[in-house]
Amino acid sequence: MELRRTMLFIPGNNPGMLQNGGVFGADSVILDVEDAVAPGEKDAARLLVSYALRNVDYGCSETVVRINTLDTFGKEDIRAIVPCQPDLLLVPKVETAADIKEVVSLVATAEKPGQKKVNLIALLETPRGIAEAFSIAQADERVVALALGAEDYTAALGANRTKQGTEIFTARTMIINAAAAAGVQSIDTPYTDANDEQGLLEDSQTAKHLGFKGKLAINPRQIDVIHEVFNPTMHEIEWAERVIEAIRIAESEGAGVASLNGKMVDAPVVNRAERILYLAKLLGLVKEAEV
Amino acid sequence: MGTILTTAQAGTLESSDIMITVAPAAEGSGIVIELESIVMAQYGKAIRQTLAEVLMEQGIKNAYLKAVDRGALDCTIRARALAALGRAGAVSKGEML
Repeated sequence: MELRRTMLFIPGNNPGMLQNGGVFGADSVILDVEDAVAPGEKDAARLLVSYALRNVDYGCSETVVRINTLDTFGKEDIRAIVPCQPDLLLVPKVETAADIKEVVSLVATAEKPGQKKVNLIALLETPRGIAEAFSIAQADERVVALALGAEDYTAALGANRTKQGTEIFTARTMIINAAAAAGVQSIDTPYTDANDEQGLLEDSQTAKHLGFKGKLAINPRQIDVIHEVFNPTMHEIEWAERVIEAIRIAESEGAGVASLNGKMVDAPVVNRAERILYLAKLLGLVKEAEV
Repeated sequence: MGTILTTAQAGTLESSDIMITVAPAAEGSGIVIELESIVMAQYGKAIRQTLAEVLMEQGIKNAYLKAVDRGALDCTIRARALAALGRAGAVSKGEML
């Protein structure tokens, strides 16, 4: 799986930010032609993003374009942007599996022969979308992640957004569970107060504890804080290494279950340890031979 | 296509952007490019060249184009020029890229 600890939104009609999007170290950059662009500027933003994709070096960051909904400018976005070979499209306000299938059909038509396959992330930001999360995640093999858009979602619920996020707890856990069941990633909603670092830290910790694999970001200043939270800690890495060692010894002795500090180590624990070491390896926190 | 039907504009005066205005010109008047740039001494010639290329690629032979550049990259200049031409009716949406 790809590393998507941070996915940074970049306004699609701002050349200064588009050309510098690769310097912040986000795992993904989301070139946004939807909410960040006024309706009268959609044509210009679409061109700017298309040219940026073909000319700007985004370094190690995966390139994602948030398109408009299909009932507005989405079809034109797909026709123009897919041939420029972004890694992914972020599809807004997905409510059903049929929405994904329609996007997939348009993307497949827009792809040039031999070009890189363009995958999708479904942005769920309505009560219906949350309710349909699993079928959306399973709708097509191009769907690699589900993401939560909490602002539109809570507005639809009539709930107030709070720093504690109790109003989005259900949506968060439904998305995480649906994504895990379908074998795709889950990405948390952005923390919208870019000046509140402590709030971002706590919100990111909550997201990680619940099971999200990363978080949307609206400001480059948020990247380091989110990475710090989603990176495995040295304590977690050391624990994972001890788990793997314990199970190796147990298996060499013919047992399927081991014990570490008096606690049972069985398959689910080993899976968790392997995930931590896999992430640690991707981040260069452990050497290949140690995994 | 290839003819500017109406005056149109794209881009902004923000840093790294370029504001481009295109206007119809009489048959036989050719291409007139008026350029202001914060990097005129270093890149004025290259910016003019890029703008002329975009017009030529779109088959436009008569046009008045004014550009106010704030340090835009070549890809931004091309995108903004095409957006202005699209709004002016000189380029169809399908031919923009």
